[in-house]
Amino acid sequence: MTIMAFELLNQIIQGALIGGLYVLFAIGLSLSLGVMRFVNIAHGDLIVLASFILMSFSAVLGLSPFIAAAVLMPVAFLAFYVLQRLLLQRLVGTNLLGVILVTFGLAIVIQNGLLQTYGPDTRKLSGGALELKSISIGGGLSIGLYPLLVFATAVVVIFALDRFLYRTSIGSRIRAVADDPAAANLIGLPSAKIYGIAMGVVGLTVMSAACCMSVWTNFDPEIGPSRLLIAFEVVVLGGLGSLWGTLVGGIIIGVAQNLGAQVDAAWQILAQHLVFLVILFLRPQGLFSRGSRT
Amino acid sequence: MANDRDHNVGSALLTTSGLSVYYDQFQAVREVDFSIDAGEIVALIGANGAGKSSFLKALVGQVDRIEGGIEFSGRSLTSMSTPAISAAGIALVPEGRRLFPSLTVDENLRIGLSIGRRGLITLDQVYQWFPSIASRRGQLARNLSGGEQQMVALGRALLTNPRLLLCDEISLGLAPVVVGQLYEFLPSLRSSGMGLLIVEQDVRRSLAMTDRFYCLLEGAVRFSGHSKETDRETIMQHYFGV
Repeated sequence: MTIMAFELLNQIIQGALIGGLYVLFAIGLSLSLGVMRFVNIAHGDLIVLASFILMSFSAVLGLSPFIAAAVLMPVAFLAFYVLQRLLLQRLVGTNLLGVILVTFGLAIVIQNGLLQTYGPDTRKLSGGALELKSISIGGGLSIGLYPLLVFATAVVVIFALDRFLYRTSIGSRIRAVADDPAAANLIGLPSAKIYGIAMGVVGLTVMSAACCMSVWTNFDPEIGPSRLLIAFEVVVLGGLGSLWGTLVGGIIIGVAQNLGAQVDAAWQILAQHLVFLVILFLRPQGLFSRGSRT
Repeated sequence: MANDRDHNVGSALLTTSGLSVYYDQFQAVREVDFSIDAGEIVALIGANGAGKSSFLKALVGQVDRIEGGIEFSGRSLTSMSTPAISAAGIALVPEGRRLFPSLTVDENLRIGLSIGRRGLITLDQVYQWFPSIASRRGQLARNLSGGEQQMVALGRALLTNPRLLLCDEISLGLAPVVVGQLYEFLPSLRSSGMGLLIVEQDVRRSLAMTDRFYCLLEGAVRFSGHSKETDRETIMQHYFGV
């Protein structure tokens, strides 16, 4: 194997693994945007907010971030349920602009609230020895155990969410309300409660994304929008409403970034956007769209 | 499906007294006094815009504002939510069917199962009644024919095990043979004590299949009585306000 081919393969593998992290950013958006048709501009900031809460919680109790995240899961569900019922539910059935403005406002409130509380410093949580372990996969290639675990988490979350949406009674009720909220109300589905539960599930994915991100990379109060942008591209690339498409979208974005960075450090983000635009041009409905919706 | 709350013979399943429905300033229904008994089939007749759909929507709690009373086997429905009304035993087959297009036939039907009361009507029973949708249970609702969609919409409502079924223009846009099938099937439900309130454009058919009728004109009841004691021509006079 030539050095160049080796390096290329290595970058593709590492890119696919960081794609797992991007999938976790995107999966909640895939549910809210792809299934519930709800544009949540604050999605990235909610991930950052969850990261800071996770940081404080694990520091105060002296817990590892992984344990702390597990403990905080029910809190995340409840917080997102309440957010939906008290704020976002008021926007259901109104025009798109209202949703964008309110969630944009929420994003600003979160960013400034975090700046006030934590200051502008860059943070990172420690995953302990786990972060340093790596596994050799032959041919001189090795992959980090932690990125591998994050990738596995992403696959498990996608699988679980797919089962939840397409194999459970509450899942089909969520899709029913998303299909036609007025019809749902007319036949007696409690649509506000169902939307609340769906958003609660988004909260679970946001907490897992926050946990994986805050151990993997640095974060500060203002990186939310860049996380949102990645999440948007992953969801749209994969196809709205397709959870497995979101997995593939995440891998493509991760690989594109890593290969771009090989050319020049400045090309990392540029390559991501170029790949996104090219695929969107070729398949405007995304790679795995669930067919046209009426 | 007897319920111990309404065992006294002759007491109505549902009554409205002076029921008015408003959308903003517009009054769609005007002081309607209405009643239906268990096991009875009643027609609501009227031109487009006469207030028929508004009346049905008022019964399931889906209008802006009402005045007057709605009583369902001794309980007032006026401040109940739609999910609570469904659970109490009123099901609406909405105009235009309103299935969830990206859900399968089976999923659409199970939605009904999840919102209503537990009772005798099961998924298997519905598939027995409508064999043509049984063979398409895994398909998306949007891919069905109009007649099949109407069967799913009716099945979805029946799976809530209603004591009162409201059918809003279920023949609209369907082939005559399918309409015939549906209207042959509906009267069989009365033996279980279910009340049926039917909104139908075809006056002759309405009278033929019902026990009593109410004629709405501009939101108010103009004429009502026993279906056997009148005919289409008499009704048409009231239809046009002659």
